[in-house]
Formats: sequence, structure tokens, C-alpha cells
Amino acid sequence: MTAPAIECRGVSKRFGHVLANDSVDLRVERGSIHGVIGENGAGKSTLMAILHGFHPADSGQILVDGNPAVIRDSADAARLGIEMVHQHFMLVEPFTVLENVMLGAEGGALLAEGTAHARQNLLRLGRDYGLVVDPDARIADLPVGARQRVEILKALHRGAEVLILDEPTGVLTPQEADDLFRVLRALRDEGKAVILITHKLREVMAVTDRVSVMRAGRMVAHRETAETTAAELGELMIGRRPAASSRPIPATPGPALLHVDDLRVRDNAGVERVRGVTFALHAGEILGLAGVAGNGQTELLEALSGMRAPEAGAITLRGQNIAGLDAAQIRRRGVAHVPEDRLRHGLVAEFEAQDSAILGYHRDPAWRRVLGLFSRSRVNAHAARLMRDHDVRPAAPRLRSSLFSGGNQQKLIMARELERAPEVLLVGQPTRGVDIGGIEAIHTRLRRWRDAGKAVLLVSVELDEILALSDRILVMFDGRLSGELPAGAADERQLGLLMAGAHA
Amino acid sequence: MEALLDTIAPILAATLRVATPLILAALAGLFAERSGVVDVGLEGKMLAGAFAAAATATVTGSVWYGLGAAIGAASLLALLHAFACVTLRGNQVVSGMAINVLAAGLTATLALAWFRQGGQTPALPADARFPALPLPGAEWIAEIPLLGRLLVTVIGGHTAPVYIAFALVPVAAFLLWRTRFGLRLRACGENPAAVDSAGISVAKLRYAGVLIAGVLCGMAGATISTAQGAAFSTDMTAGRGFIALAALIVAKWRPWPVLWTCLAFGLLDALAIRLQGVPVFGVTVPVQAMQAVPYVLTVVLLAGFVGRAIPPRAAGVPYVKER
Repeated sequence: MTAPAIECRGVSKRFGHVLANDSVDLRVERGSIHGVIGENGAGKSTLMAILHGFHPADSGQILVDGNPAVIRDSADAARLGIEMVHQHFMLVEPFTVLENVMLGAEGGALLAEGTAHARQNLLRLGRDYGLVVDPDARIADLPVGARQRVEILKALHRGAEVLILDEPTGVLTPQEADDLFRVLRALRDEGKAVILITHKLREVMAVTDRVSVMRAGRMVAHRETAETTAAELGELMIGRRPAASSRPIPATPGPALLHVDDLRVRDNAGVERVRGVTFALHAGEILGLAGVAGNGQTELLEALSGMRAPEAGAITLRGQNIAGLDAAQIRRRGVAHVPEDRLRHGLVAEFEAQDSAILGYHRDPAWRRVLGLFSRSRVNAHAARLMRDHDVRPAAPRLRSSLFSGGNQQKLIMARELERAPEVLLVGQPTRGVDIGGIEAIHTRLRRWRDAGKAVLLVSVELDEILALSDRILVMFDGRLSGELPAGAADERQLGLLMAGAHA
Repeated sequence: MEALLDTIAPILAATLRVATPLILAALAGLFAERSGVVDVGLEGKMLAGAFAAAATATVTGSVWYGLGAAIGAASLLALLHAFACVTLRGNQVVSGMAINVLAAGLTATLALAWFRQGGQTPALPADARFPALPLPGAEWIAEIPLLGRLLVTVIGGHTAPVYIAFALVPVAAFLLWRTRFGLRLRACGENPAAVDSAGISVAKLRYAGVLIAGVLCGMAGATISTAQGAAFSTDMTAGRGFIALAALIVAKWRPWPVLWTCLAFGLLDALAIRLQGVPVFGVTVPVQAMQAVPYVLTVVLLAGFVGRAIPPRAAGVPYVKER
């Protein structure tokens, strides 16, 4: 048997107090697709960063093709044929595809020397692996799927023998993900080693040959994909049996609370991103809004919550037009908002948790004293109670907001918004960057809110989340609603087609 | 016609002369900012260069030693800027302003201490300044009717730095858009993480960008004190570093537009000098008003006439690896 393409022996890495990798072992064979799965913070990304030379390991040994290797930086990794497709693409947006592919592998001090070769190579690789991209297109003009192809082309042009992909499908439609998997299989058949980092078990089962599971910085299991099940992997990942994912009990929707009628919204650049959207949100339902990121959901949510004035159309809350009111006025009318980007719009990362816990409600007389000064003790007591009630850990009101984990930041924001018992709750990407335990807690809370007869609009790019929570599903594509499905009738394939713009 | 030529030609010649330090400084800013380091310290580096050039030329009698000293002094400040911004990841605007303040104080103090002439360096003799270089074949070109004389007066008879500055524009364009170094430098100013993940050192590239800026600022400073002037005097750069910065923005961080913008600013400056005390339509425009025109023009241009000027995306942001 030939030596594995990559072998890690006892690799450890510490960041401050956190042991991100604790004596990790991994063997990845040539001509295989190897899944590495684990929750957020399990150490997958750290391990890959070590293999790619982004961070050096503190201890342990890495063998490439059976030879001990020292990987101090990305240049070392590149020499060993290890390339990575990052979750956040490492592309220079104003540059062309060709320039991006050449960056770091220019083939000479003058660009003219390497350009022809790179162009040829790009076309050849495109043909061989079905990675078709116009070499002269600017990255800024390309859709996400194409950008990812550029990343893979870049890696192959640089001579990748081991290709690491970090959560590659997060921004893709299911169909685009299938295309990606076809490419990965072609690479495997060429004898390359592909490492796929993901937390989506479905993908692991669909495309990998072997899978390694990480939990809390350790490697807890290695399996042949054919000999395991998604259930077993899920259990290994979180270290216990996951709570039965309860399909929502059919809701009994009440009257419509919020009407959106032919809404049009422009973004900062003046581009119309919401192009005539009409729907109604009922009391006692979770209305899921699915779609690939960037199809207008963000702008829709901003218009509904008052962060952005709509261009045209009406938003009616119990018969009253609220379009164009500011966020504070809308909030006062009983519409709460858990924004998509919690660090930019949900809280102030530099603030103490207790101050983040009253943002937007800071004028409440409950924590005012004479002359409008804050009573720190009342704010503190309020925050402490919120944190206790909503299981925010650690329950330390004086801790800086940025020091909480994503899940706990989100729980704090939810606590703040639900505290006022809003009739309508708008939530964007509630579990982005939240670990599985946190996801369960947040989902439970949203369901309970629905059961209490409130209206919830859930905007999410995670299909699993949409399917698990929604009573009704709207799909948004290119600023319009491309379809509506009752939860029971929805399946992933159908949703995927709608997300890609096919009409129901 | 002849009379008109005689009025216009000297103004155009002066335009090229006064545009020269602007071009050099704006190209300096171009390299620094394309690498992702904002450089508001152009002014200070020029001033240090101007002083070093004049002081060295006074002592050694050689204008070329002066130029070398200017480049050395400005590069030293650039190195300081790079250390603060790249190695220590400090605030780039603060570091740049600190360099301006440092240079203003240090040059005045050293001039006073070394030469004891109230903050000036002694007037340089002609052979310790850049001489005017005649246009080769000027006597034949001048024979061409009208155009010939214009060419000889406008293009000929400048000092070496003028020709160097103009020659550096295509050099900069070639370096930035046609070479590996340029591709990497520009990538560094847009998305340093992409450069890093391609196995290239972001720090080295940014040091290179800032150091090139230092060399060019040194040349700009030497031009001011030993080609245009004949001594160093306190604060003699008079805000040219900031005009160059404005030109860079108006030119949207591109070499050829940098040249045109600097020439436009130079023309305004030349006109201002020419029109001092001359009545225009019966009104004598105050010198100060004329001198303010380039600044006003900058504000107007930036306020909308050039469209949105989008700087290199990562300019001003220290590069820190994500965890």
C-alpha cells in the first residue's frame, strides 16, 4: 500500500487558553474524498489551517506522501502540493479570473511571460474537470458559484495534489453543490486527495469515501462512509444523541398581522434588490423565507425592520402602513428584529453584555434616573435576569459582548427582543455560526413563540433550518418570490430548483 | 501669434516645473496606498528630503550627493512609517501625521543648529544645484515655425528631476500592471489575505511599497530645494504633499491620471505665480486667492466631478491573520 497523501500524528495547537487541536491524528489517502466533520469550534478549521501553513502546529508531526514535512507558511504548503479553498474566498475582487489564478504562480517577473501558459492551463483544467469560467471576467462581476470554481482552478493551477475545501457548500444552491461534488469526484478519479470540511452530514454521506469526526479539539472517530450512517456521525459529532428533530406540529394560523404589498427596495448602490414582493404573515405561524444569500432577503428584512426605507410598496401592520418608519418606531409598534449580522446590527461587540442587552430599548424609564441618567444597577439586574432566563453563558453582564460565543450572543439578542413580547418577530440567519447545542435552544424558542400565537418571519439560507421550523415556505430569487410551498409538501430538490430561479 | 506664444510658453514651462514634485510625491503615494498603507506623511518625507538635499549639497558641493541624502532621509522616515503600520499594525493616518510633525520640527531645528541662518540653509551656488539641460538639437527644432519655439521653451531647458519625474510615470504604470511585483502589490492593497494564502509575504510587499514611496518623496524634496530653489527654508514644501495626495485620489490611484491631475494642479500654480499683481478683467486678484485655487479645485473635484473615488479596499487596514 502506498503512503497516504497526508498523515497527521499527534498534532496540537493552542490559542491562549483554548486547546484548539489536542493530539490529532488523520490519514488521507490519494484518490479519495475525505470528510472532516465536527461542530463549530471542534477544531476542523484549525487543523486545516495547520496543514495549509496558515498557523504552525505547536507539536506533532505531519507526513506528506510518507515523508516528514515542515509547513511553516502557505508557501511551504504550496511546495508540497497542498492547496485550500477557503470558506471566505481568497480572491482579489477588482482583478480578473486570470490575474487571480496567476497571483503567487506568475511564472516569471514579467506577467507577459506566464500569461499565455496560465490561460492555456485554465482552459485545459476547465475542460478536464468541468470548471468553466471566463478567464477575463472580473471577480466582482461573478456569482458565488463561479467564484468558487475560480478558487478551485487557482489551487489546481498551482499544482494541488491535496485540495482542502472549507465548508464549500454554505453559499451554494443544492444544484450548485451537486456540480461541485461532480468536480470533486473527477479530481479524486485523477488520483488527487480531497479533504472536505463540513458540518453537513448529508454531504458527507453523499460524496466522501472516508470520514473523520472531531469534537472539542480531538479526533473522536474515523469511518468508511459506506459503513456508517448519518445518525451515527451526528451522535459522534455532538457526543450524545441529538434531540429528535421535531417536525413542527401543524400550526393553527390566526389572522394575518403583517401584509407586504408589491414591496421594492434598493441597496446602497441603488440597485433594486427587492423587486415587487407580496405576502402576508399570520399570527401563530413561522413563515420561512428561503433563498441563496444575496437574492434580496437582506434588503427585504431591512425594509421590514425599518433599517432601510423601501422604494415603493406597502407594509401594513394590523391595517396601519408602517413602510418608511424608522427602526425605533416600528419596534414600538410591536415588531421585533433579530438581525442577520449580529456583530454589525445585533449588538455592539465592544460593549459589555448588559449594555448590548438594552440596545434599542435604552430609553425605557425602567432604568432611567433623574436627568435621564442610566441606573447601572438596574441595567445590570435586568441583564442578569435576561441571561438567566435565556440560558446565556456565562451569565456575566459585565463581560464584553465580543467574548461570548456566537450562540450565546444570539441568545442574548433573542432575549432582548422577545422581552417586549412582540406580535411580530423578524429573524435573519438566527443560527449562523452557532453550534448544534445553541441551534437547538434557538429553534425551541422560535417554536414556542409561534405556539404562543405570535408571527415569526424566518429568513435563512440554511435549508435544514427552513425545513425544520417553517409552517409555510417562501422562496426568494433575484428579488422576487419564486414560489410558495406548505411545509409538508416541500422537499429539498424542489426548494433547490426554486432557489435557482425555476418557477414552481 | 508670436506675442501669444511668448505669454503662454513660459506658463507651460512653469507648469512642468511645478508639477514635478507633485508627480513624484503622488507616485510615492500611489505605491504606498496600492500596497495597502495609507500615506499622509508624503509632506513630511518631502520636507526631510528637501532639507537633506540642501544641507548635503551645501557641505559637499555636489547636487547628486544631495539627491542621495534626500532619498536616504525620506526612506528612513518611510521605514519608520512601515514599522509603525506594518510591523506594529498601528494607525496609518496617525503615523503619517506624526511623520509630518516630526519632519517639520526636526528640519527647522537641525537647520538652525547646523547653519545658524534662522532655519535656512545657505544659498547654493549654481554648481551645487541641478542645472537646466538644453534640449538636444534645440537650435534645429527652434527653426520649425511656431511649434518649434514652443517645444524648445516648454519642453527644453528643464532640470534633470523634471525629466526623471515624467519618465517615472510609464515606469510606474509598467511596474504595477505588467510585472509580478505589481500584481502582488496591488493584490496586497485589495485583499491581503489572498496574497498571504498564496504563500507571499504581505509584510514584505507593504514594506516595499512604503519604501518606494520614501525614495520618490526624497526625490521630490530634492527637486524643491536644489532644482526649483537654491536653499532649504522652513516648511518649504508648503502643503505639496497634501496636494499630491489629493491628486492621487482624483486620479483614482492610477499612474497616467496622476500625471494629468498633477499637470492640472501645476498649471493652476503656474498661473497663480504669473498672475500675481496682474489685473484680470480690471480686478487685481489677491495672491492668496489664486494660491487657494488648487485646494478649492480639489474639494470640488472630490465632491463629485470625478465620480466616486474608490481607494484600494484594504488601504488603511493593518493585516492581521484571522484565527
